[in-house]
Amino acid sequence: MTIYADNAATTRMSQTAINAMLPYMGEIYGNPSSLHTVGQKANEALTEARERVAKCFGCEPREILFTSGGSEADNQAIVSAARIGEKKGKKHIISTAFEHHAVLHTLAKLEKEGFDVTLLDVHENGIVTPEEVAAAIRPDTCLVTIMYANNEIGSIQPIPEIGKVCHEKGVLFHTDAVQAAGHIHIDVNEQNIDMLSLSAHKFHGPKGTGVLFAKKSIPLTNIIEGGAQERGKRGGTENIPGIMATAAALEEACANIDKNAAHLIPLRDKLIAGLDKIPHSILNGDRVNRLPGNVNFCFEGIEGESLLLLLDDKGICASSGSACTSGSLDPSHVLLAIGRVHDVAHGSLRLSLGEDVTEEQVDYMIAAVTDVVAYLRSMSPVWRDLQEGRREYILK
Amino acid sequence: MALYSDKVMDHFRNPRNVGVLEDANGIGEVGNTMCGDIMKIYLKVNDDEIIEDVKFETFGCGSAIASSSMATELIKGKPVSEALELTNKAVAEALDGLPAHKMHCSVLAEEAIQAALEDYQNKKLAAKQGVTQP
Repeated sequence: MTIYADNAATTRMSQTAINAMLPYMGEIYGNPSSLHTVGQKANEALTEARERVAKCFGCEPREILFTSGGSEADNQAIVSAARIGEKKGKKHIISTAFEHHAVLHTLAKLEKEGFDVTLLDVHENGIVTPEEVAAAIRPDTCLVTIMYANNEIGSIQPIPEIGKVCHEKGVLFHTDAVQAAGHIHIDVNEQNIDMLSLSAHKFHGPKGTGVLFAKKSIPLTNIIEGGAQERGKRGGTENIPGIMATAAALEEACANIDKNAAHLIPLRDKLIAGLDKIPHSILNGDRVNRLPGNVNFCFEGIEGESLLLLLDDKGICASSGSACTSGSLDPSHVLLAIGRVHDVAHGSLRLSLGEDVTEEQVDYMIAAVTDVVAYLRSMSPVWRDLQEGRREYILK
Repeated sequence: MALYSDKVMDHFRNPRNVGVLEDANGIGEVGNTMCGDIMKIYLKVNDDEIIEDVKFETFGCGSAIASSSMATELIKGKPVSEALELTNKAVAEALDGLPAHKMHCSVLAEEAIQAALEDYQNKKLAAKQGVTQP
C-alpha cells in the first residue's frame, strides 16, 4: 500500500488533465504563431484556455500570462513591480520571512541592486496581519508580496484585507498562490489582488506550466525575451499541451473546492488530533486558517530524514523541513520564521493529503507516525537526556 | 538511483548495537542538536584492551544512524590500538559509500568512537594515578 501524502510537493495529474493535453501532442500540434490551419487550431485552443483560466479568477483573458511554473511567475511579478517602482523613485518592497525561495531569492537579487526589503514577522501561527502590512508601508513602497497560503505549514493569509490596505495606500499587491489556487476560492477583484502566481502541478495539472495573473494596467517586464508570444511579455513557443491541461485541471479543481474541503478538513483535523497525542510534539501553523490538506508537526528528540525514510518503508510518502532533507545545514526557514528553534525544527514532518485520502489511511498514518517517532526516540541520546532530566524539554 | 546504498539502508533499518551499556568504561558523545546530529558511543573494554562490547545511540538522519551502526561493527571485538586507527573513510567504504553531502555523518562516527576511546584512556589513567597516590 502506498499513501501519497506529499501533495504540497506535487500532485498526480488528473485524468481530465491528461485527456485535455493528449490531442495537442499528436493531432493539433501546430505552433500558435503559424498562419496555417494546423497552427491556427492551436492558437484557438490557446485563446480558449486563457479564457477558461481567467474565468476561474474573475479576471480578463488578457490578464493571464502562461509561464513555465510558479517560480517564473513569481520572478516576473516581482521584477515587474520593481521596475515600475524604481521609475518613480520607489525602491521599497514588503514581504514576509516565510515566502517561497522563488520570492525570497528574487528579493535578495533586488536588494543587491539597491532595493530596500522589509520581511514581516509571521508570528507563531504563521499569519501576517493587515495592520502590520499597513504599518510597514512607506511613501517609497512599490510592492507588497505575500503568499496566499504557506507551502510548509499551510497557514492562510488574510489576502483580501491585505490587498485592501495596499490599495488604500496605492501600493501594488502580488500574492504567490501556488498552494492556494484550486484549493481556495480566489476572485482577484473581490480580493484586491493585482498580481498572482500559480503552478499547475499543485492541483493535478502538469509540471512545467504556471500562470501569472497581472492586472492589465501593470506593464510587465520580460524574464524571457524572444518573441511576440504572450503579448510580447514572455518569449518562447507556448506549451500548448501543458496549457490545455492546466486549464482543465484548474476548472476541475475550482469546481470542486467546497466538496474537496468538506471531505479533507475533517480528515485533516482527525490526523492532527491523532498526532497531537504524541508527547512533546507541536502542530505548526494555524489550526483554523489552514489549507484543507495540510498537517505539519515537530517532534522533539528525533530527526526528520530518518522519520521520512521509515515512513516510506511503511508506504507513506511525506516530507520534512529538517536540514538533512534540504541539503543545507539549516532546517526550514519557514519553521525558523514561526519561532521553532533548530533543535525541534530538525524533527518536522509534513503530511499533505490528497482529495482521495480515506479515513482508514488517516488511522494508518496516525499509528505509523506514532510508532516511528517512538522507535527513533528509543535510540536517540537527546530523548534519553530529556527523559532523564539532563536536558530541558522545548516542547511541553 | 536511490539516495543511499543497500548497505546504508540495511544498517539504517536494522541498526546493530543500538542501546546503552550500563557498565561502560568509555563513553563519547559528539555533535549538537543545532546541526541535527548527535552520536553517543558506549564502550566496554576488558583488561586485555579488547573492546568486548559497544553500543550506540544516535539522533540524526538515515546516514548518521547507519554510520554509527557500521562504526560499532568495525570496532567490536577489536583491540583498542586498532580502534584508534578507525577513520571516517573506512566507515563510508564499509557502507558502500555515502552521498557527498552525507560524508560528515561518517566523520561524526569516527569522532564519536575516538571520543569514547579517549574517555576510556583518561579513566584508566585516572584510576592508575588514584592507586599511586598516598
